[in-house]
Amino acid sequence: MNAHAQKFFNRLSGRSASANPPRPVVRRGPVVEGSHVEAGPDESHGVILYLEDITVSFDGFRALNALTLYVEAGELLCIIGPNGAGKTTMMDVITGKTRPDAGSAWFGQSIDLLSLHEPEIAQAGIGRKFQKPTVFEHHTVLENLELALADDKAVWYTLFARLTGAQRDRIDEVLQIIGLQDQAAVRAGVLSHGQKQWLEIGMLLMQSPRLLLVDEPVAGMTPQEVEKTAELLVSLAGEHSVVVVEHDMEFVRSIARRVIVLHQGSVLAEGSMDEVQANRKVVEVYLGPEQAQGE
Amino acid sequence: MGITSQLSALLKTDRGGRVFLAILFAVAVIMPVLHLVVPESSALHLSSYWMTLVGKYMAYAMLALAVDLVWGFCGILSLGHAAFFALGGYAMGMYLMRQIGPRGVYGDPVLPDFMVFLNWKELPWFWHGFDMFWLAMSMVLIVPALLALAFGWFAFRSRVTGVYLSIITQAMTYALMLAFFRNDMGFGGNNGFTDFKDLLGFDLHKRSVQTSLFVCTAVFLALSYVACRYVVTSRAGRVVAAVRDAESRTRFIGYRVENYKLWVFVFSAIIAGIAGALYVPQVGIINPSEFSPINSIEVVIWVAIGGRGTLYGAIAGAVLVNYAKTSFSTALPSAWLYFLGALFVLTTLFLPRGFIGLGQQWRERKVSAGRAVAAKA
Repeated sequence: MNAHAQKFFNRLSGRSASANPPRPVVRRGPVVEGSHVEAGPDESHGVILYLEDITVSFDGFRALNALTLYVEAGELLCIIGPNGAGKTTMMDVITGKTRPDAGSAWFGQSIDLLSLHEPEIAQAGIGRKFQKPTVFEHHTVLENLELALADDKAVWYTLFARLTGAQRDRIDEVLQIIGLQDQAAVRAGVLSHGQKQWLEIGMLLMQSPRLLLVDEPVAGMTPQEVEKTAELLVSLAGEHSVVVVEHDMEFVRSIARRVIVLHQGSVLAEGSMDEVQANRKVVEVYLGPEQAQGE
Repeated sequence: MGITSQLSALLKTDRGGRVFLAILFAVAVIMPVLHLVVPESSALHLSSYWMTLVGKYMAYAMLALAVDLVWGFCGILSLGHAAFFALGGYAMGMYLMRQIGPRGVYGDPVLPDFMVFLNWKELPWFWHGFDMFWLAMSMVLIVPALLALAFGWFAFRSRVTGVYLSIITQAMTYALMLAFFRNDMGFGGNNGFTDFKDLLGFDLHKRSVQTSLFVCTAVFLALSYVACRYVVTSRAGRVVAAVRDAESRTRFIGYRVENYKLWVFVFSAIIAGIAGALYVPQVGIINPSEFSPINSIEVVIWVAIGGRGTLYGAIAGAVLVNYAKTSFSTALPSAWLYFLGALFVLTTLFLPRGFIGLGQQWRERKVSAGRAVAAKA
C-alpha cells in the first residue's frame, strides 16, 4: 500500500493504518436509518463508494484479490490497468451483476450494495455505461431520453403519460449537457459512434444518478469526439461522482485528477497521472521488468 | 383535450393511416349504396357476393392489425393468433346457435341440432346465458383475453422468446383445433356451427342486415386502427418498440418488460377476437379448421407482405393477399400455396418493409445514388 492510499485511509477511519485495511466504523451503527435507501446515498463523510477486501474468483482464477478502494463524492476517478486486471469485474460487483466471494461494498454510509439486486442498485443511484453503446436505434434522441426518464414505469401510467413541463426542461438540460440539442428529433440509429456514446451518458443522466460508472468511453472515437467527451465527463464531476475505466492514457491524462492502477485484482498504485506514471511498479507492469530497469 | 383534437393529433403524423381511413370510409359508404340503392338491373349494382367478400377482408384486416401490433411493434412472432380469432368467432357462433331456437331441423326449443343429434339431454353449463347478446359479446372479449393472459403470463415470465415462443403459439392453436374437433367438447365437432338465422332478431339473410354487418365491421376496423395507433404513439408504445429492439436494455432502464409484453399480447388477442365475431355472421359458418396452424402462419405472411410495424401496411397486406387468393384459387387452386410461399420469400428478400415500404425504399435508393454521384464528382 502506498503512502497516498494510507493517508486516505487514515482520513477515512480517523486512525492509523494497519496491515488490514481499516474499516470506517461509523456507518454500521444503529444511527443509520433505513430511509436513506429511498433518499439516495448518505455522503456525509465525503465518500460515496466503499469497496473493501473484495475478492472474486472464477474457477480458481482471482479476478479481484482483496480489492479495496474508495470513491470520493463528486470526484472524477480514473481506473487504469492492463487487460485482466479486474476493471470490468469491479464494475460488475458495484452494479450487482457479480457477487463477490468475500468483502463488502457500500454506497454512501448506509446502502449495502451486496444486499441489493441490479435494478435496485440502479434505482439507488448508480448508473453504468457499457463499452458498446446500446441506444434504441429506432427511437429519436428525444424519445431515448424520455424512455430513460426517472418516472413511473408501469404500463397503465405510460399508456397515458405526457411529459410535464419539468420533465421537458430536464430533457432539454440533458440535451444541452451532451451537446445533442440539434439532433433531438433525429433517429438514434443514424448518430455517429461518439454521439451514441453521449446519448447513452445522457440516458444515464436522466435517471439522476449519484455515481456514474463509465466503461471505455472513448474507444473508437475521433480525436474531436475524444476531446468533447473529456469536456463532458469533467463537467459532470462535482454534481455527480464519476468513475472512468479507460485504456487511452492520453485521455486519462487530460481528465483525471486521481488515477488508480489495478493489477491482478488489487490496487497497484494511486495518485495523480504523473505520480502514477513515475511509479516503478506501474512501469514494470506496463512495460515489463527489463525496460523498467533499463530506464 | 377533446376527442376530435386528440384524433387529429394522432393522425397528423400518420399519412398512411389517413389514406387508409379515407379509403375505408369511402368503401363503407359507396359499397352499401351500390348494393342497396342501385337497382339490380343496373350495371353498377354490387352483388351480395362482393359485400360478403369485402366484409370478410375487413375482418381479416383486423386480425392482421392485431398480429402487426404484437409482431411489428413488440417483436413477438405469434404463430397462433388465428386461435383468438376463432375463439371470438365461436363465442359469436354460440349466440347465433341459441338464436335459432325451435327452428332447427329437430325443432328442439333449447338444444342446438348437433346436441340433439348426439342425444344430449340438456344444455352443457358453458352454453348457459349465450342466448343473451350482451353476455355472448362480453365472452367475445373475455375468452381470447383470458387465454392470452394465461399463455402470456407463463411464457413471458419465464422469458420464452424468439422461435421457441413461436413454436409454443403454434402448439397452442393446434391443441385447440384438436380439442374443438372432438364431439364431446360441446362445440359441434368437425362441423362446427352453421345454419345461422337471426342476429338480435334481424334475419341474417336479408340484404339490409348483411349491409349493416358490413358497415359495423368497417367501423370496428377503423376503431381498432385508431386504438392501435394510440397505443403505438403513447409512451407505452415506445417502451414496447424498445423491448423489440433491445429487450435487456429496456429492462435495465427499469421497465418490467414481461408486463408490457403481456399487456400488448392481451390487447391484440381482444382485437383478434372481435374480428372473429364479425367474421362468423358474414360467412355463415365457424368450424375447427379456423384453428389450424396454417391459418396463423398465413396472417403473419399478410403482415410481412404488406409491411410490418406500420399498422396500415398489415391491413393492405391482408386485403391484397386475400384478393390474390380469391382470384387465384378460382383459376389455379393447386398453385396457390406455392405462389404464397414464393411471395413470402421474395418479400423477405427484397422488400424488408413490405409493399407499403416500396415507395420509401425507392426514395432512399435515389437519395443514396445521388450521394454516390455527388461523392464521385
